[in-house]
Amino acid sequence: MILVIAEQKDGKLNRATWEAIVGAQQLDASAIAVLVLGAKAASVAGELAAASVQEIVTLEHPALEPYTPDGFTAALQDAIAQLSPSHVLLPHTYQTRDFAPKLAARLDRAIVTDVTAIKRGRETAFMRPMFQGKLTADVVPQGPAPHFVTFQIGAFRVDQVAKGAASAPVRALTVNVDASAIRQKPEPPFQQAKAAVDLSQAERIVSVGRGIKEQANIKIAEELAKALGAELAASRPICDSGWLPMERQVGSSGQTVAPKLYLALGISGAIQHLVGMKGSHTIVAINKDPDAPIFEIADYGIVGDLFEIVPAMIEALKQ
Amino acid sequence: MKIAVCIKQVPTREWQPRLDDSKTWIRESDASFEMNEPDAYALEEALRLKEKHGGEVVVCSAGPARVAQVIREALARGADRAIHVDDEGLAGADAFVTAAALASAMHEEKFDLVLTGLQSDDQGFAQVGVVLAEKLGVPHSTIIMEVQIDGASLRVKRELEGGWFQWIAMPLPAVLTIQSGINQLRYATLKGIMAAKKKEIRKAAAPAGAAAKQKIVSLYVPEKGKKTQIIGGSPAEAAKTLVQKLRDEARVIQ
Repeated sequence: MILVIAEQKDGKLNRATWEAIVGAQQLDASAIAVLVLGAKAASVAGELAAASVQEIVTLEHPALEPYTPDGFTAALQDAIAQLSPSHVLLPHTYQTRDFAPKLAARLDRAIVTDVTAIKRGRETAFMRPMFQGKLTADVVPQGPAPHFVTFQIGAFRVDQVAKGAASAPVRALTVNVDASAIRQKPEPPFQQAKAAVDLSQAERIVSVGRGIKEQANIKIAEELAKALGAELAASRPICDSGWLPMERQVGSSGQTVAPKLYLALGISGAIQHLVGMKGSHTIVAINKDPDAPIFEIADYGIVGDLFEIVPAMIEALKQ
Repeated sequence: MKIAVCIKQVPTREWQPRLDDSKTWIRESDASFEMNEPDAYALEEALRLKEKHGGEVVVCSAGPARVAQVIREALARGADRAIHVDDEGLAGADAFVTAAALASAMHEEKFDLVLTGLQSDDQGFAQVGVVLAEKLGVPHSTIIMEVQIDGASLRVKRELEGGWFQWIAMPLPAVLTIQSGINQLRYATLKGIMAAKKKEIRKAAAPAGAAAKQKIVSLYVPEKGKKTQIIGGSPAEAAKTLVQKLRDEARVIQ
């Protein structure tokens, strides 16, 4: 049996859960259980039951709210012992990154993270990026089951989820969690600065990366954005350096965007950036490195010096 | 305050990927290497905590002989001493083997705080810090953007997705994985480089019997997901062609 660990917060299901269910259906559609845990786990069970899976398992315990890696590891260790799955599949969210390696280490089982595709064969291999996306690896987990696999956000499409003819049965599981053994004491989440710019609504975006070289050069990207009627955005290193405010960051730690036009200037295309923009309709990459991973997902590419190309584009746009 | 920083040596950003004959790992002989960027931020954070609270910063790395380069660099930036789990078999090791090697060398040291980068720029599994915490039997938190220490208690700012954050308190000792951009990096001074030559690097052996939990069966240049039109010509010609295509073909601008 394949076990998918759903992610929910305050009774709201994380969309990436559906992507993990698609992954499970590709791996082996014959026996899938989806487990959802937390204080309000049961409230999303009905929604999950629409998927073509064998059962939904809910795991409610007061010690699971708010989320802590210690609490989740203890609860899931117990649940896995009861369910004996062959695989445990999760979306590669920040929360998964926080507890899944601990859970796998606790059970001394293999965990392959950030997987983008499943390759069935004599042995099942999991495809994932390595070396900042410059290379792809096929990885085979070693040792006894269960094998843990986390799926990169956006790698599997939500619209490909197989729905069941009838709702899947829902079952509640009881586990032991010693609340006093939870060492992390979380405070409520907060937003650092109100996002004054909602990049997700932008029709066109000009985004800058390390290739812009210095803060003073941001203005040429700004001029291009103006000429295109676009918002200005950036990859993480640019915002880390304080060259543009954090609210203009696109990627896993910033905003997720899907404009009509996404023009990437001097962005190599690290996976953390790509997950935030690969849903864009038309992607243009301008980069001096012909092997930059951004070209893998671009519709149009120019290999060259952005400091020559951008002014020429501004000129061409005037005509 | 006794702080450990786990650092990894990875190929440089400019490195052009080349595979070895097995096609399951890179050709290391013609790669150039540098300190994994998130680990550099972890080191900087450790140095700042030491400046504030006193104590010692010990840099730990598990890898083949070549990683001595980044260990020396960390010492030059201000770490007090180093532990090198030196084993040729650690090149390309998975997260469990790396974490086991680090844990065995670090166990007797009884560190108050262990920092490392949130993931490596080579294999990028984002597992070592979390697995290490489990092996050391201490609490952890990941993707950290601020660290506050008050006596034996720790309070950290964890980054969530989409611009959200959360403060989390936990007791020391603990392991934290540090997010890039938590601070501004310092670089080694000439004085630091000279001082580093006299600092201790303790060599440790990799523990026996740490079995790999994953095997790379094939490593390759990514297959192109969609057809990218590469526009050639001079910068002026390419820019003109691109603008024309965005107007008439993609129809995304006027």
